Amino acid sequence: MRDQDHPVGSHSGFNRRDFLKGSGAAVAATAIATGEAEAQAKTKANVVPARAVDIKLKINGKNETLKLEPRTTLLDALRNWLNLTGCKEVCDTTNCGACTVQVNGKALYACSVLAIECEGKEIKTVEALRSGDKVDEVISGFVKHDAMQCGFCTPGFVVATRTLLDKNPKATRKEIDAGLGGNICRCGTYDGIAACAMEISKGGA
Amino acid sequence: MAEREVTWGPRGSHTLIGKEVSRIDGVEKASGAAKYTNDMNQPGTLFARLLTCTHAKAKVTRLNVDKAKAIAGVHTVYLFKDIGENAECNYDGELVAAVAAETADIAEDGVRAIEVAYEVLPHVVDEQDLEAARAAKRLKYDDDGKEVPLVDRTVGDPDKAIADADVVHTGYYGIHTISHMCLEPHGAHCTWDESGDGPKLTARHSTQAVSTTGPQFASQFGLDASDVRVICNYIGGGFGSKFAADIWGWAAAQMSKDTGRPVRLMLDRATELKTPGTRPSGFANVTVAATKDGKITAWKSHHWGTNGPQGGTIDGNQMPYVFDPPNKHVVSQGIATDCGPNRAWRAPNHPQLCAITDTALTDLAAKLNMSPVDLYKANLDQLDDTAKENSKLYAAELDRAAELMEWEKKWHAHGKGGNGPVKRGLGVALHRWGGQSVKCSSEVRIFADGGAQASIGSQDLGTGTRTVIAMVLAETCGLPLEKVKARLGSNEYVYGNPSGGSITVGSVTGATRRAALEATGILFDKVAEKYKVDAKTLSLGDEAVWSDKKKVCSWKDACRLIGPEPITATGPSPVADGLTSKLVGGVQMADVSVDTETGVIRINRMVAVQDCGLVINEKTAKSQVYGGLIMGIAYATNEERIMDNNSGRYINADMETYKLPRIGDIGELIVEFYQPDSEYNRGVVGLGEPPVISTGAAIANAVANATGVRVPVLPMTPKRVLDALAQA
Repeated sequence: MRDQDHPVGSHSGFNRRDFLKGSGAAVAATAIATGEAEAQAKTKANVVPARAVDIKLKINGKNETLKLEPRTTLLDALRNWLNLTGCKEVCDTTNCGACTVQVNGKALYACSVLAIECEGKEIKTVEALRSGDKVDEVISGFVKHDAMQCGFCTPGFVVATRTLLDKNPKATRKEIDAGLGGNICRCGTYDGIAACAMEISKGGA
Repeated sequence: MAEREVTWGPRGSHTLIGKEVSRIDGVEKASGAAKYTNDMNQPGTLFARLLTCTHAKAKVTRLNVDKAKAIAGVHTVYLFKDIGENAECNYDGELVAAVAAETADIAEDGVRAIEVAYEVLPHVVDEQDLEAARAAKRLKYDDDGKEVPLVDRTVGDPDKAIADADVVHTGYYGIHTISHMCLEPHGAHCTWDESGDGPKLTARHSTQAVSTTGPQFASQFGLDASDVRVICNYIGGGFGSKFAADIWGWAAAQMSKDTGRPVRLMLDRATELKTPGTRPSGFANVTVAATKDGKITAWKSHHWGTNGPQGGTIDGNQMPYVFDPPNKHVVSQGIATDCGPNRAWRAPNHPQLCAITDTALTDLAAKLNMSPVDLYKANLDQLDDTAKENSKLYAAELDRAAELMEWEKKWHAHGKGGNGPVKRGLGVALHRWGGQSVKCSSEVRIFADGGAQASIGSQDLGTGTRTVIAMVLAETCGLPLEKVKARLGSNEYVYGNPSGGSITVGSVTGATRRAALEATGILFDKVAEKYKVDAKTLSLGDEAVWSDKKKVCSWKDACRLIGPEPITATGPSPVADGLTSKLVGGVQMADVSVDTETGVIRINRMVAVQDCGLVINEKTAKSQVYGGLIMGIAYATNEERIMDNNSGRYINADMETYKLPRIGDIGELIVEFYQPDSEYNRGVVGLGEPPVISTGAAIANAVANATGVRVPVLPMTPKRVLDALAQA
């Protein structure tokens, strides 16, 4: 039996990110037409590919202009171009929450949107929750309750917890379970995470 | 030199050891500042993406990478497979090629542009159907082609014991394959640089073995071990699967060598689930016999399963688990499947052995109308060679777990879990583990300005390794935790053991204690000479040196005597000298509710009573047990690798359909260490693996107690629960 395969990687057939990137290309069409499509420039880290366009993002209060392909996800832009690696690439298919950031105050999986879609929006990453020795109470609470082991899911949980408590400062355990149910930890740190969130929210009291 | 006695000192004399101490790198991790291999991005880093085989068994018949190489931004293509000699692919997800490019998206374009074709070969991926495996000739055979088991072991006369027994129980039990699902996938960021006199290859490698993977990189490229620097400051999960340089690590190094650019190659999520290891499955027919008082007289089991192409299964030599009746017959058979290979998974063999043994014993207890706690107690005088020293410990832990669970109050006979559709029940199981520390060094330096550091070529899997090293150094020097440094994560430090087998905390703390005692002994000599006191009377505490109870000088004054050359002492890890020892037990209990209409299991409460000798850091140690319970809830209820028999593919290799518990799925978890003075006096024993062992069996037993029906195979998905109820 011989089989001519469609040459794909470990993904096969329909792929959410292809779809995402496809729609991104359409969103970006105007930008491509008017932008410096052939621009080749060096950033601090990487060579800019030929189809790059200027994308203006406001991240942690700072304006950044990046030369990116329109198909670049917000996650890749943050991690690979701005070195904001607190948001982790884990599932890359909007299931695990390790890449959670705030966009206009709402928790969002950074792998679920294109960077270009976030122009004009306020993006906040976990890095904004610490300034030198001064850390957000969610971070110090995670440390106090040892709500981490390997730590790979932790920043995503921290942003999700901060966002939940911003929105619902008196969250009950049930609301915490629902609010943080979009994040996955493999090492098993849920007990500490819940204890931290309950302490800050005073258990809904 | 003033010799300080190599002990942990009397219990209760510590400011740090045994306390609940927050991990020293906690803020780094929680704030996203900690850099993992997957975060490495140096100037010029190329990103790699993988082409993997889409068949369970196939031969590559065409592989053309020209179009991939022609894409602007693609720098190199690495071939794991090729037509000809190296064309065979043995499982879905086996690596075929890697493309390195300026961006991950362009690398993915490159992967899509590779032209590949396969000759698809017949496959076997069913790990549960022994007859099908027999028909497909996938078992083990001797030279004459006769089928032979992996293990066929008889002790005593089991058939006679079964015939003579008061009660005999026969049942079928099993547990499916699972993946490691490290959140940080396997991979490396490699930088090849032959300029200058530094190491030629720097591998920032997601590894459980910082000190031992360097030579594996070196030999692949004809380098000396000294030419390879391995760095891993943080690792996003390993669970037993990250000990080797691995072919993808070599590929990253080769691509860096070929392009002159750093290359980051991490497995994508699907490949992470399929390729770098799984936990083997096991399915068993069991017969177990007992007297009417619950004394087990005989055990017979025949189990089979797979660990992938190698044709193994779970270890038959350790069946039955913990309990060792006088008469037994154990047969095991492995099926060589065209599934991804196995690797050590947190407590290799033990969770599966427990899920087969302790379930059968609970069903035996039900037949005897006994509580399984009483059945266990009736058999604590017949434990296997490893566990038998723990007989008293199990008795105490069973009692304590029962208290925390309110067992007496909640216990009911099997199947009496309520009249409504939601039934509630209790289950118990127990485990054992070794955890003896191994060879490991720690280099302690004390500087003239009062600085103190310990460095080890070790790694922190999430157990808090950095923190326990710092705690022991600070305790020994009489300093606050924040005034010492603990360094690990590089093979340029002294040798640290690979972290596998629950041995790291004992190894690194034992070595650091010895080194710190030696270094401070040297310091005592200097203090004794300067202040005219007897070095033997000196001790450290509150940032000062004391003679008996009188302060001699401050720590800083003492260190000023050191001069420009720091005091340096290297401690070897002790083995059985009082600082560490081996063998732990552990008991777990589950209280669950089962919805008999939907098949959904909810955890109400889990209790874990765990011993591990002297606890260095109660906070991070507890986290290990919480984590074990939650990983156990995962593989007991929903987590499994699902292979499709038709396509031969791993069809749930993603985080949506490979089901893991979420924060609302864990119930109330109660964790307690069993630590009377006898435990403290044993020294440190490993803890990482044991708490994940008996969780699955305890939950399975609680489901059986609730419903009166055994759901024989883990994970007990809603479908399996409903099927079992329908067949009852």
